[in-house]
Amino acid sequence: MKLSPTDRDKLEGREGPASAMAMSILVRMGEVLEADHMIDIEAAHIDSTLYMGQATLEFAEKLSGMGAKVCVPTSLNVGGVDQQGWQSWPVPPTWAEQARRQMDAYQSMGAVPTWTCAPYQTAFRPEFGQQIAWGESNAIVFANSVIGARTERYPDLLDICAAVTGRVPAVGLHLESNRGGQLVIEVSGVPFSLQAEDSFYPVFGLLVGKLAGDRIPVLTGLNVQPTEDQLKAFGAATASSGSVALFHWVGVTPEATSLEAALKGRQPEEVISVGMADLKAAWQDLTTDAGGRLDMVVLGSPHFSLDEFRRLAPMLEGQSRHPDVSFLVTSSRAMAALAEKAGVLHPLREFGGRVTLDTCILTTPMLPPEVKTLMTNSAKYAYYSPGLLNTQVVFGSLADCVQSAIEGHVVRDETLWAA
Amino acid sequence: MGRVIQGKVLVAGEAEGESLMTSEPLSFWGGYDQVTGEIIDRRHPLSGQNASGRILGLPGSRGSSTTTAVLLEAVRRGTAPAAILTANTDSFLALASIVADELYQRPVPVVALSAQDFAAVQTGDWITVHADGSIEVGDHP
Repeated sequence: MKLSPTDRDKLEGREGPASAMAMSILVRMGEVLEADHMIDIEAAHIDSTLYMGQATLEFAEKLSGMGAKVCVPTSLNVGGVDQQGWQSWPVPPTWAEQARRQMDAYQSMGAVPTWTCAPYQTAFRPEFGQQIAWGESNAIVFANSVIGARTERYPDLLDICAAVTGRVPAVGLHLESNRGGQLVIEVSGVPFSLQAEDSFYPVFGLLVGKLAGDRIPVLTGLNVQPTEDQLKAFGAATASSGSVALFHWVGVTPEATSLEAALKGRQPEEVISVGMADLKAAWQDLTTDAGGRLDMVVLGSPHFSLDEFRRLAPMLEGQSRHPDVSFLVTSSRAMAALAEKAGVLHPLREFGGRVTLDTCILTTPMLPPEVKTLMTNSAKYAYYSPGLLNTQVVFGSLADCVQSAIEGHVVRDETLWAA
Repeated sequence: MGRVIQGKVLVAGEAEGESLMTSEPLSFWGGYDQVTGEIIDRRHPLSGQNASGRILGLPGSRGSSTTTAVLLEAVRRGTAPAAILTANTDSFLALASIVADELYQRPVPVVALSAQDFAAVQTGDWITVHADGSIEVGDHP
């Protein structure tokens, strides 16, 4: 890989030891990926904030101890602990302390404490065409697909190296020539009433992720204009069941003004037709237990947006949760502050719901052991909870989740899926 | 000595052990228990198997960008695979190993095989990984 004189200065330690270590990792990765050269980035989003044990803390503190500073505007993904609320959950104090130290280390490098997996719904939302280095699978697929910014799938530990040096190997989705669709997924026979439902998007995303794997899918055949939160739920699902980092939705996403535009003049490797039978199978796949028992409803993966808080609030008015079912929303401190100002957190508290900030149930050990069955409207929570938390999971719409929390057992309106 | 196949070195190193192979990609986050080395993605064909100290063969990683952090912690704890064989260049697995080298001087060898060579390695084969990316495949000694 060709290095610029400043790349070489960094690599050889003339900008300090932190920059040297970050550049060494980037150069070794560039060689693995057979990159020709490196390019500048304009922004970064850091998923390395997640505390996965002593190793991730040691990595963060090694960088911060060497004086690492980010050199582009940098947002932070969720951390390993809700620093304001962990004491009201069975989070081990040692974990809380270590996770907090890791969060502090990244903040000390000059990154902004956004603490969210939905940075595209903050002031750090990138623009079309910008070269960025983002971590967090759902954020990556949203930035590339819905906004048209350019990022590779930056894993934990590499995103911060990019932020510290401002450089990345010129590979993958940074390059226009690699952004064409590889697989066409034609959808037919889906009633408009289902296409308009929020719960259609995580299910459709789960299916697309499974079919696409790590390829770039192009979606055709639907006649809705999804909302931003629907695309967010869709993208998060594609990046859970698959490794999708970019999708093109003809007539919806910016690089897919037409099928030809989305394919960038090439033939697709494969064309797959999907219909209701495939979607129903994906819908069933999101539920591991339909026995009816329920311990907790959990919403907010990716983190709940202000709009989502706004949609939830009227459903809760005048109701309260069943005493046996807890009700949790995960979001960031900034989004929760906005929701508070907008008056939409109050109904959640009155309902008996709780909010966990800056982390989520998958990234901090907060769930009491007696929680055995979760219900959620999030494909990402549904996909990962059985393995990470050893729980059963039931997928439902937002309205199903609320109704189930009120009644104390799983209630689902299955008519849309039964068609 | 068994047959020898030549792979592409992603991260160089030497290792020896019994192979554990899958044709299904795996997210280590939610899929690999860094405390024990068990595969815990309940939707994955290797669910319940233990990869600690074995030669883990998988087409590549999938999904979450936290795979790297989980593998790094597994290296620190000594529950990582002894080496990883992939069917494509997998940047996440390579990165975890490169950082394990920078931080602990303990890289996990990662070698990419052609799809055909990858498919010819079976679970239970005794594998020797060499630093030049050549792989000996034989029976359990």
